Amino acid sequence: MSTNYAVEASGLVKRYGSTTALAGIDLEVPTGTVIAVLGPNGAGKTTGVRILTTLTDADEGQATVAGFDVRTQGNEVRRRIGLAAQDATVDPLLTGRENLVMLGELHQMRRSEAATRAAQLLGEFDLNEAADRRTSGYSGGMRRRLDLAATLVSRPDVLFLDEPTTGLDPRGRSELWTVIDTLVGHGTTVVLTTQYLEEAERLADDIVVIDHGRIIARGDARKLKREVGGDQVQVVVVEPGHLPEATRLVAEITGVEPKVDPNARSVTAATSQGVETLVLAAKAFTEAQIAVDDMSLRQPTLDEVFLTLTGSTTDDDTPQEA
Amino acid sequence: MAAITLENETIAHDGPRPARGMFHDTWVVARRGLVHMKRQPEALADATIQPIMFVLLFAYVFGGAISVPAGGNYREFLMGGIFAQTIVFTAFGVAMSLAYDRKNQAVDRFRALPIARGAVLGGHAVANLIKAVLPIVLMSLCGLLIGWRIRDGLVSALLGYLLLFAFAFAMIWVGILLGSLVATPEAVQGIGFAVIFPITFMASTFVPTETMPGFLKTIAEWNPVTTLSNAARELFGNPSTVAGPDAPWSIAHPIEYSIIWTIAIVAVCAPLAVRTYQRSVAK
Repeated sequence: MSTNYAVEASGLVKRYGSTTALAGIDLEVPTGTVIAVLGPNGAGKTTGVRILTTLTDADEGQATVAGFDVRTQGNEVRRRIGLAAQDATVDPLLTGRENLVMLGELHQMRRSEAATRAAQLLGEFDLNEAADRRTSGYSGGMRRRLDLAATLVSRPDVLFLDEPTTGLDPRGRSELWTVIDTLVGHGTTVVLTTQYLEEAERLADDIVVIDHGRIIARGDARKLKREVGGDQVQVVVVEPGHLPEATRLVAEITGVEPKVDPNARSVTAATSQGVETLVLAAKAFTEAQIAVDDMSLRQPTLDEVFLTLTGSTTDDDTPQEA
Repeated sequence: MAAITLENETIAHDGPRPARGMFHDTWVVARRGLVHMKRQPEALADATIQPIMFVLLFAYVFGGAISVPAGGNYREFLMGGIFAQTIVFTAFGVAMSLAYDRKNQAVDRFRALPIARGAVLGGHAVANLIKAVLPIVLMSLCGLLIGWRIRDGLVSALLGYLLLFAFAFAMIWVGILLGSLVATPEAVQGIGFAVIFPITFMASTFVPTETMPGFLKTIAEWNPVTTLSNAARELFGNPSTVAGPDAPWSIAHPIEYSIIWTIAIVAVCAPLAVRTYQRSVAK
């Protein structure tokens, strides 16, 4: 590839009538990495993917994918990308095999090559048995697998997955994650949108949080967590009667007023000292002879990060994404 | 159940392939359209059972009460009309397949592929032209069984079939326009029954225009479905409408008038349909 970035976008704006779906998005995705675009429904994730996959034109700004301009070199872009849209888009009247062969042919393969490729993908995605049945009879998980296989027919350089695990069971989800790991291991760049914070953390080298068409935070999971507030030390005591004493000790060590949860018998406080705090706490509680159930240093969850950044996790007042 | 296992060979990037051209891409999409037809019994019934049913209904149920002013056998008169009606309904099939594609998100899948411009519409058009052959063949056979004959020689009859398919080609653009304007297959069906169906009846399709009341008669005489029916009758050597000295030009020259309509529909609808389609998919 002619550039170190598989995706480069600057100032992308897209309006639908009076609503602004994207309000100026900049994005750089280094080749061979995974970027997760995280945001609630209606944040603009799908609109962004549609622009980068040449399905719609941005009103302002520009973008290149695999080194080609999405507006002026659409076909060059389309030759190098794979797209799994939000709803599985395999053809319900065709069999799994027919779907893959057709896509191979439309990726300009000869029919025999497309057939070989289809057979190979059907095997690897565990769809051999269902290969010659119409996909209308497939289970949700099977359809998802076929959809992913379909995006790989052309061996794309850049793969766009729009909420790929929505509606998958935990096993399907972890399977998909493994596939993405393998693809990235072979140099594929993946742009992934998700509402699942856990998924972004598990897969992505870089996370972009968007809301109302704007990027409100970006960085890896650690960085995002730090931005919201550092580590927290949490001590769970065995006897509820020890809570006041425990609160005093934790306050002494961290220098801040701890949060006490009587039901969980826990005392929690933010700290900037990391593991050192934990060592001090362990020593203090041993000397005070307070029995402890659990003592841990934890980072805020991405859910907490998201809540802090957007003020809400279920922000549905924006229009439906097209 | 085994998990997904990707082999190195599956993933290895080997670069995009050279484009194989508009015809290749169009044919791949057309083949898909033909498989769709085969697997949608209701769509296939529209193209097979329905026209045959019309032939039998009008030949045996209504036919006895309808007389042909020009003289001759009503069943022979009927066939030209049924051919024309079936050809006009081609628009329906195209509009339905476009609406289904939109409903199933197939449109976006195609648009994210490196295919030639126009291959998707072209594929639909080719598939529906091929689809138009089936009912015409079936009805010709059915007509032969009930006494319809080609009476004006093979060359003339071939011209008749050619004119019908040319009109089918024109109707495909009407279908693309319709399919791009409305959102759902149900809406296509609604418009089809509210608009296209009556148009095919306000014509000489099943009954001669001579007996219609004045206002309706004028509409029917200028309705291209009338002239297409009459042109087919003329080219197959079947009884048709008698063009009296005061008959309008359309009735006196059904073949020419049908050709003009075919060209006009293509000239107006094709560019409009392509633009409307492109706007409807690039949201």
